[in-house]
Amino acid sequence: MMKSDLPQGTLDLLILKIVALGPVHGYAIAQRLQQVSRDVVQVPQGSLYPALHRLENRGLLGADWNKTESGRDAKVYNLTRKGRAQLEKETASWERLTTAVGLILRLTEEGAK
Amino acid sequence: MNWWQRLSRRRQMEEELDNEVQFHVEQHAADLMAHGIDPENARRQARLVIGGPEQVKESCRDARGTRWLEELLQDSRYAAHVLRQNPGFPAVSVLTLALGIGATTTIFSAANPILFEPLPYPHADRIATVSYKSADGSRGPQAFGTWRELAARSRLFDAFAVFKPWQPTLAGPFEPERLNGYRVTSAYFHVLGVAPALGHDFNPADDRRGGPNVVILSDAVWQRRFHGDYAIVGRQITLDDNLYTVAGIMPATFQNVSAPSTGIWSLLQYDASLPANGPEWGQHLGMVARLRQGIAMEQGKRELDEIARRPVSEFSRPSWCSMNHGLIVNPLRDDVTRGVKPALLALLGAVILVLAIASVNVANLVLARGAQRHSEFAMRTALGAGRTRLLRQLLVESLLLAVMGGSLGMALTGIGVRALVALSPPDMPRLDAIQVNMPVFIFGFGVTVLIGLAVGLTPALHASQGDLHVGLEQSSRRSTGGQQLTRRALVVTEVALALLLLVGAGLLLRSLERLFAVAPGFNPSHVLAMQVQVSSAHRFPDGPAIHRFYAQALDAVTRVPGVERAAFTSQLPLNADPVEVYGGHFENDNNPSDNSAAFRSAVTPGYFELMGIPLIRGRLFAAGDMEPGAVRPVLINQSFARRKFRGQDPIGRRVRFGGPDNRPWDVIVGVVGDVNQMSLAAGQADTVYVTTAQWLWADNLLWLVVRSHGDAAALAPAVRKAVWSVDKDQPIVHVATMESLVTASAEQRRFALTLFEAFALAALLLAGIGIFGILSGSVTERIREIGVRSALGASRGDILGLVIREGMTLTGLGAALGLGGAVFATRVLVSLLFGVPRLDPITYLGVAALLGGVSAVACLIPAWRAIRVDPAMALRAE
Repeated sequence: MMKSDLPQGTLDLLILKIVALGPVHGYAIAQRLQQVSRDVVQVPQGSLYPALHRLENRGLLGADWNKTESGRDAKVYNLTRKGRAQLEKETASWERLTTAVGLILRLTEEGAK
Repeated sequence: MNWWQRLSRRRQMEEELDNEVQFHVEQHAADLMAHGIDPENARRQARLVIGGPEQVKESCRDARGTRWLEELLQDSRYAAHVLRQNPGFPAVSVLTLALGIGATTTIFSAANPILFEPLPYPHADRIATVSYKSADGSRGPQAFGTWRELAARSRLFDAFAVFKPWQPTLAGPFEPERLNGYRVTSAYFHVLGVAPALGHDFNPADDRRGGPNVVILSDAVWQRRFHGDYAIVGRQITLDDNLYTVAGIMPATFQNVSAPSTGIWSLLQYDASLPANGPEWGQHLGMVARLRQGIAMEQGKRELDEIARRPVSEFSRPSWCSMNHGLIVNPLRDDVTRGVKPALLALLGAVILVLAIASVNVANLVLARGAQRHSEFAMRTALGAGRTRLLRQLLVESLLLAVMGGSLGMALTGIGVRALVALSPPDMPRLDAIQVNMPVFIFGFGVTVLIGLAVGLTPALHASQGDLHVGLEQSSRRSTGGQQLTRRALVVTEVALALLLLVGAGLLLRSLERLFAVAPGFNPSHVLAMQVQVSSAHRFPDGPAIHRFYAQALDAVTRVPGVERAAFTSQLPLNADPVEVYGGHFENDNNPSDNSAAFRSAVTPGYFELMGIPLIRGRLFAAGDMEPGAVRPVLINQSFARRKFRGQDPIGRRVRFGGPDNRPWDVIVGVVGDVNQMSLAAGQADTVYVTTAQWLWADNLLWLVVRSHGDAAALAPAVRKAVWSVDKDQPIVHVATMESLVTASAEQRRFALTLFEAFALAALLLAGIGIFGILSGSVTERIREIGVRSALGASRGDILGLVIREGMTLTGLGAALGLGGAVFATRVLVSLLFGVPRLDPITYLGVAALLGGVSAVACLIPAWRAIRVDPAMALRAE
């Protein structure tokens, strides 16, 4: 199966979206990303954690250390108020972008005919 | 979490990061095991997917944002460690940089107050000096009469003041002390814009002939002589046997920039009616003026020129003060610094060259070390260090070197500044302002950082440019061709800069040689000079009394054993004392518009014989010329006679020199040889000689000159005692041998030369070390090649030629560049040169040869090593 690369900058958006559904730890985010994108989008696992830390530093994500069912300490991320605002802003701009790109693509095809 | 928390809780954050990544890997492995993969494989796969835990952690650390600061600390620690490991290299580098930075900052601290800072007066840019412009465009002193006219007619200037040096002897409970002072017109302090801190400024009404005796003291004199006693203001002190009322004390911060040692000021008190037979029309005064607010110097200059061009009947002018050629108006600052500015600029240039050479040398060292550290960098790259990280590491290392060098350099500056002040010529202006202050610190710091960056950047760009992995595979000894090229370029630069400096030093040296070869027009050996003053108006109330004193003193001095001859003169050759210039009228002058201003020199008979000034025509003064007579005999100097009489016999021609126009004519009885009156370099000046007894008034300050049989300096105490045997209260100052005055006349050039030579020597040495370094490195790197060559039958001569050719090619290239640069750069030296053209071929060839010699020596040692390479050993070592 062909896997496409994640467009630049969208990893942050996806992470914010997943964390918005509820507090979650890094491994679960990776799993969720893979499931949600039905194995089409390859998330380079190496860039997940740097992204998480970046978002945390920017104050978009909060973090707590919680015990999992297996009794291990895990770092659990949650969305801050600032993160939620950012998510809404980025979602809107993403939708605007895809709509615009779609429109342009159609236009080009019709123009070529 | 702010950046500070992130930084301070670093350890905790590291632990958390560790835990988090660990957790991820374990969870993933557990999931894989649940899918039936055996535990070992599961763990391996989990680790693979995440892409190496260490790299992930590195990226996370980057994301933290405080990374650069943490790493900076880390880099600094590492750099310090690396430098400590190999102390030879940093020691040499730090010392080189310290000397370079120290010298540069020292010269800057001297140049800063003179070249860049304003004078310590309010609105100092509005203060101008106004000089008389003579026919040849040269500047001259002003007459009191000219001041009267300018002060009355100018509208754009607030105030004018004229001044002359005055050296009163202060009596008191302690030893009498001769003070350096000024006699000024009342607006002097107003022009400078500084009022006394205590008491009051001069009252204009007191500035008249016969006015009250008032003085203003400097803070230094007030503290030293009167212990800062407030009650002194309004009281009387005794100066030269006369009582003076202390009007005020200047603030401690006040500086008399044109003569920094000045500690006392009194009023000039010339006769406002401007009598023709008084000093009022003698050009011997300095003039300063303050522009009105908002008036540019140019406007003021135009106004004064306009006044000069249009005489009005209200202010008559004698011919020698006609201002036919206008006036010279300059900002005071330019005037104060004019003498030393070219020397300082040249020195600043020179020392910056030395610094550049020092930096190049250190860059070269760093680069050579970079070659040795190739494998270290390759290893670090393999372990995940990024290119920027390595670059930064190198920069941090060189900055650390520079900061250490800079700190040591600043410490050296403290010593250097003191040495500079001690070494500087006596006429150096603003000497008190030369100190290590804030601007100097900022300059030193700036230079240090700049060098750190520059030194670090060249090798840093290199080390990270090439593929660093290559380093691991290769032996660390072999460096890339590009690096060799850079190092060679650095050496060529170094040689070129050194040559530039050497040319400058060579030109100055040759100038000084030429200057000392100048015949001053007299024979300075075995001649002692000292100034004798008649300072008491009570005991010497009139001319005859003064003449009598000088005659008796001369008599007493002549009787001193060891004295061959003695004489008095009002004007000592090669003495920078203010001179008196008067206009001469020649009877039946064929060129009356030439007002023939000349130095006035009042002498006693025997002066010319004593000084060895030759008689060209006619006769010298005789004892009979000291008697008042109907016709005054005068002598003129040779070039004056030649210019004025153009081949005709000047003897017997009549001239009127100084004094009112209806005065009887004087007769020229003789022509004597030319004398350098001002300085060796200034050339001969027109001079009219008259006997002291027959001049318009009796001078109360004369130079006593004594020719001795033996050592002139040793006679000084006996001669002084002889003068004092006539009157023990008359001050005697400025005792010096004529030989020392000849030397002092070249002082400023010598000062520049001493420093230039030191800098050039340092540059030569550094360039030699640079060449040696690169060749040694080159021989080490090419040891295999050399081994192969000699194995294939190359003779020792071939190998020697190989190494020497490399070194000499670099030297030749650098020398060519340096000579080319010197053709342009020596422009800044022109005003310091004397009798040597800027492009003097002997100097250029000489320094090129010197540099060639030094670099040949620098080549020989590595070449010697090269021919001793054992081919078998060299090949086996590979």
